[in-house]
Amino acid sequence: MRERLFAALRWLGKRANDRIWRLGFASRFFLMTLLYSGTALRRFFLTVREIYFTGALSLIIILVSGLFVGMVLGLQGYDTLQRYGSSEALGVLVALSLVRELGPVVAALLFASRAGSAITAEIGLMKATEQLSAMEMMAVNPIARVVAPRFWAGVVSMPLLAALFSAMGVFGGYLVGVQLIGVDEGSFWSQMQASVDFREDIMNGVIKSFVFGVIVSWIAVFEGYDAEPTAEGVSGATTRTVVTSSLAILAADFILTAFMFRGV
Amino acid sequence: MNRLTLDLWVGFFVAIGLASLLFLALKVGNLSASTGGETYRLEAKFDNIGGLKVRAPVKSAGVVVGRVSEIRFDSDNYVAVVAMQVDGRYKFPRDTFATILTSGLLGEQYIGFEVGGDPEMLKAGDVIKKTQSAVVIEKLISQFMFNKAAETGDQQ
Repeated sequence: MRERLFAALRWLGKRANDRIWRLGFASRFFLMTLLYSGTALRRFFLTVREIYFTGALSLIIILVSGLFVGMVLGLQGYDTLQRYGSSEALGVLVALSLVRELGPVVAALLFASRAGSAITAEIGLMKATEQLSAMEMMAVNPIARVVAPRFWAGVVSMPLLAALFSAMGVFGGYLVGVQLIGVDEGSFWSQMQASVDFREDIMNGVIKSFVFGVIVSWIAVFEGYDAEPTAEGVSGATTRTVVTSSLAILAADFILTAFMFRGV
Repeated sequence: MNRLTLDLWVGFFVAIGLASLLFLALKVGNLSASTGGETYRLEAKFDNIGGLKVRAPVKSAGVVVGRVSEIRFDSDNYVAVVAMQVDGRYKFPRDTFATILTSGLLGEQYIGFEVGGDPEMLKAGDVIKKTQSAVVIEKLISQFMFNKAAETGDQQ
């Protein structure tokens, strides 16, 4: 009986210890990435190449989803607002929900599954095929050469993608609200401009997407670097990247929103 | 992929990203209109501010001329002190009347300036003397009920 209890406690303790150790390793890895970022910035072409893979190739999915999210917001928002006779406020509803919440969060979720998983798989496969060890043999630091450029590319791309998502969404809301349903165009834009504040709303959205960019890129490069060097290990790491970063994005979003929009 | 095409695509990506940020700032936000420019601070004391919030608009003749910047409680006189940042382009006479109004039946509350005829203008840091508090609907209803009850009582 007592043996069983001890075994259960040991199992619990081991799991907790493993988690904490892994978190510590991830933090040290994050610091190392920042420390060895010199090469990524000096030989900027490395980073530009990764911006192409993470940012430019995510353009289509971000633009199309932004457009559709905006169009759905236009339809749903109009349906609710016209019951209260205030369908002119559609522009405000679409713009505020996109700029404050949906833009950064949905773009980050898409980014995690589109680009984050690719980064993890690439680095994990490099590790599995011992390319990272080969680099170390040639006195090339794999963190500086492989990890840091991908990390910085993610950090640069994320705010731009979120801004694109929001802009596209506002355009989608305009298409449905003004062109399709026939909300007055002048009040659509003017009410939007009267209620959306540049610093309070737009800049806070940009800050959010920057934070999400750091979180997603960090998780993606870490999971790749830490992956077990087998086919199974790489696939597991890719899954973990998407799951962990989605949860982290939502948690961070709640914390940031609580600090930014307390409605004083 | 050679380097020139890659640079081209990344340049395109960064350019439209920045362009959409600019679109958000100018077309969606109000960066082009009201930010920047000089403002000056005015204060007004109200018996009751109702649901007035910081950053609520200050309007005169329906035009937004400023924003509420701070609301605090004056514990000496038991009144609310509302500080406003008013656009420096607009000057108001000393006897301007500040009222707390509601836009629409359920809309947000704002401060309305009704302009008087004093030749001297309000300066930065001045306190508006003449104010009218927010209309609290519960009070109105209870007054109405009270009057009705009194009327029926008289008739009997």
